[in-house]
Amino acid sequence: MSRDLPWPIDYVLIPALNLALAFLAGAVVLGLIGVSPGAALGTLLDGAFGSLDGAGYTLYYATTFIFTGLAVAIPYQAGLFNIGGEGQAMLGGLGVTIVCQAMGGYPLWLVLPLAIGAAMIGGAAWAALPAVLQVKRGSHIVITTIMFNFLASALMTYLLIDMLRAPGDPSPETAAFPASTALPYAHEWAAHLGLAMEESPLNLSFVVALILAFLVWLFIRRSLWGYEIRATGHNPSAAAYAAIPVDRVTVLAVCLGGACAGLVGINEVMGVLHRLVLGFTAGAGIVGIAVALMGRNHPFGIVLSAILFGALYQGGAELAFDYPQVTRDIIVVMDGLVILFCGALENMLRVPVTRAWARWRTVPA
Amino acid sequence: MATDRPAPAIAFDRITKRFGAVVANRGVSFEIGAGTIHGIIGENGAGKSTLMSILYGFYQADTGEIRLDGRPARIANTADAIRLGIGMVHQHFVLVETFTVLENLALGREGGLMLQPGIARARAAARAIEAAYGLAVDLDARVEDLPVGSRQRVEILKALYRGAEILILDEPTGVLTPDEAQQLFQILRRLKSEGKTVLLITHKLKEIMAVTDRVTVMRAGAVVGDVATADTDETDLAERMVGRKLAALPDRVPVMPTTPILSARALRIVDAGGVERVKSVDLDLRPGEIVGIAGVSGNGQSELMAALAGLAPLAGGTLTWDGAPVPALGRARALRRLGLGHIPEDRHKSGMVGPFEAWETSVLGYHRDAGHAHGAWLRPGFIRALTARRMVEYDVRPRDARLRTSAFSGGNQQKLICAREMARGPKVLLVGQPTRGVDVGAIEQIHARLRALKHEGTAILLVSVELDEILALADRILVMVDGRFTGELDRSEASERALGLLMAGVHGAAA
Repeated sequence: MSRDLPWPIDYVLIPALNLALAFLAGAVVLGLIGVSPGAALGTLLDGAFGSLDGAGYTLYYATTFIFTGLAVAIPYQAGLFNIGGEGQAMLGGLGVTIVCQAMGGYPLWLVLPLAIGAAMIGGAAWAALPAVLQVKRGSHIVITTIMFNFLASALMTYLLIDMLRAPGDPSPETAAFPASTALPYAHEWAAHLGLAMEESPLNLSFVVALILAFLVWLFIRRSLWGYEIRATGHNPSAAAYAAIPVDRVTVLAVCLGGACAGLVGINEVMGVLHRLVLGFTAGAGIVGIAVALMGRNHPFGIVLSAILFGALYQGGAELAFDYPQVTRDIIVVMDGLVILFCGALENMLRVPVTRAWARWRTVPA
Repeated sequence: MATDRPAPAIAFDRITKRFGAVVANRGVSFEIGAGTIHGIIGENGAGKSTLMSILYGFYQADTGEIRLDGRPARIANTADAIRLGIGMVHQHFVLVETFTVLENLALGREGGLMLQPGIARARAAARAIEAAYGLAVDLDARVEDLPVGSRQRVEILKALYRGAEILILDEPTGVLTPDEAQQLFQILRRLKSEGKTVLLITHKLKEIMAVTDRVTVMRAGAVVGDVATADTDETDLAERMVGRKLAALPDRVPVMPTTPILSARALRIVDAGGVERVKSVDLDLRPGEIVGIAGVSGNGQSELMAALAGLAPLAGGTLTWDGAPVPALGRARALRRLGLGHIPEDRHKSGMVGPFEAWETSVLGYHRDAGHAHGAWLRPGFIRALTARRMVEYDVRPRDARLRTSAFSGGNQQKLICAREMARGPKVLLVGQPTRGVDVGAIEQIHARLRALKHEGTAILLVSVELDEILALADRILVMVDGRFTGELDRSEASERALGLLMAGVHGAAA
């Protein structure tokens, strides 16, 4: 019974079937409120990919989801479920803020690496405590990282209202960063190349996310630490037998996940908002769990599923704009259906597909 | 077929089963007489388990049929098998550990919403079965509190309670002490005398000779021999299984007295539950000597091995390498660096990482060594080439360095692990149950490798529950009972009987 599915079935067919089921259920919901599912799907796809700026929004959302998806995937390799992407992203944003506020007037090639470093340190630091508690005291990391999301939220509220708020500004946000720290937008580059692209929040962070996904893949598959992380995740007693410091490796994996989550601050805070705003993460850390599940915790799969979720966010917004019946709540239902079928019910079709494959394979040649 | 004889209890008729390109059973035909004990032997992957899975309804044969008492039987699932009177005692027990024996018996046959009537029925039936077959089990004990031998009796009881006329036992003695195995054989003989048919799947030839009436030998999915046990012997069976002549055992080379390389003094180990598992043990491992530790499993051997490998903290005592103490911090890594190899007793639990590709598993524990890594990065090309060479040298099949470790058969996984731990020429090699679940051909090979390492001057510690294995390899034999060495025998004065007495006698006195 140890035979596996060939990878095209495992990585392409099953996710596609799950997605089709989600869309089917979504079509039923749309039909019930009197919207033609076919037309709605057209609007959704057109909104997400039909124009340069629509695609820009899709990839901007995807950038954040790549970061939060990787934040789940790396600890998963060590056998741990990091639910704390949300809080880790907030602390990453704080790190970015400190660098951007201090480094006005310096060239971007100097500021960006420092901001990336600060974002990663902020996210990793917020992940470190739950990781150490897991290793030293056995506190379950799922519980502690969830609680740390609330702690981060409370901390940010305190900081933004009492410490960092711009003088005289009634809203819980910092003053705008110096203009020199803003990351270039895609539409600015498009203009340089003579392409007409309407404004979208897509910025240089997308490239950072793609490079990071590749580096994570390289790290997990090829580095000694990645090897030790995988050994620990798959079989902790074998890792201990191999004289791998299991505790240290576990903490490392969770902190690296936190560092990836922290980079959300680069995309949102440094790339788009140009200031630290309360609640800038907007639930991206939680969406990252679904992104990682659907991407099978593989960095390249995560890039693809992040783009899918980005498209749902952007296309969903267009849908709400075009159809008065489609409220914000319906969009949440749609997202929920995708998370349900592609994330939570990820293994539902695996058993019948595996059985069908096995039956097909055993037909006498 | 003569018509005046009663129909056989089971007849396999040209059973063929394919898994993809692999033919697991190839036109298998033989018969099992009612009221006999019938052995099926073969190496790993010979098709025994597949055939039994077909009989028990886990798989369907592609072609061919099974006849029970002369009638064609359609066994679509295990429920069919149970209804037709087939019972199976699995190699790994399937019992709910926190339930009592009685609750396990009643499980699935509660018969209604209320539990009490079902339990009462089970108790009455179990008493009757116990009396009829001499199966003594405490019905109200929790399974988790029972020793392994009793758990197996519970499995047999369960099968009989479900009306089994045919009992399949898959490697039943793998987890038993010699004494428990003898008790099991008595139960099997009793079952036979009461008219039950017993199918014994094993690769221990001694057991086949001791208890069966007839034996079927399988190799590569086909039947290569079907003989009355009285007409054959162990050598004949082994050669049929392997398909070639087995090499004669080499003469033992006497050990030169040398200074020990790894020494333990007054070693004490306390487990997580606070129980003292090893009680002040002294041990010296010398270059060119194989020290065997015999004993019923669970008497502290596993803990001692773990401590010697630096994997378990010491509650007391010292560990020295070449006269110098081994530091407590990072001891496992330090010992590996000094030249310690370790073939763990439970390969699935500790020796390998199932989802790793073979090349990844083949450097587990050595992944940071020069050559395997360059800076912070593994060298996959180099390691794959190395693994491919080792696969040829140690005859690991299939020879695919990129296949997942868990996709290899147990024997081949063990060869992969042996290759990893032996190929670097360790100064000390700790070996736990090296041939558990490994077939005859591979056992011969692993034993030859251990002897070769010994000649090259490796100090070897062998822990095994197989007395045959210890007697075949060890120069010096220690018997471990309840965390202490209770006897030390030189190979020349050791015999299975002497060891068995030491293991049992002292054990009995202590209990």
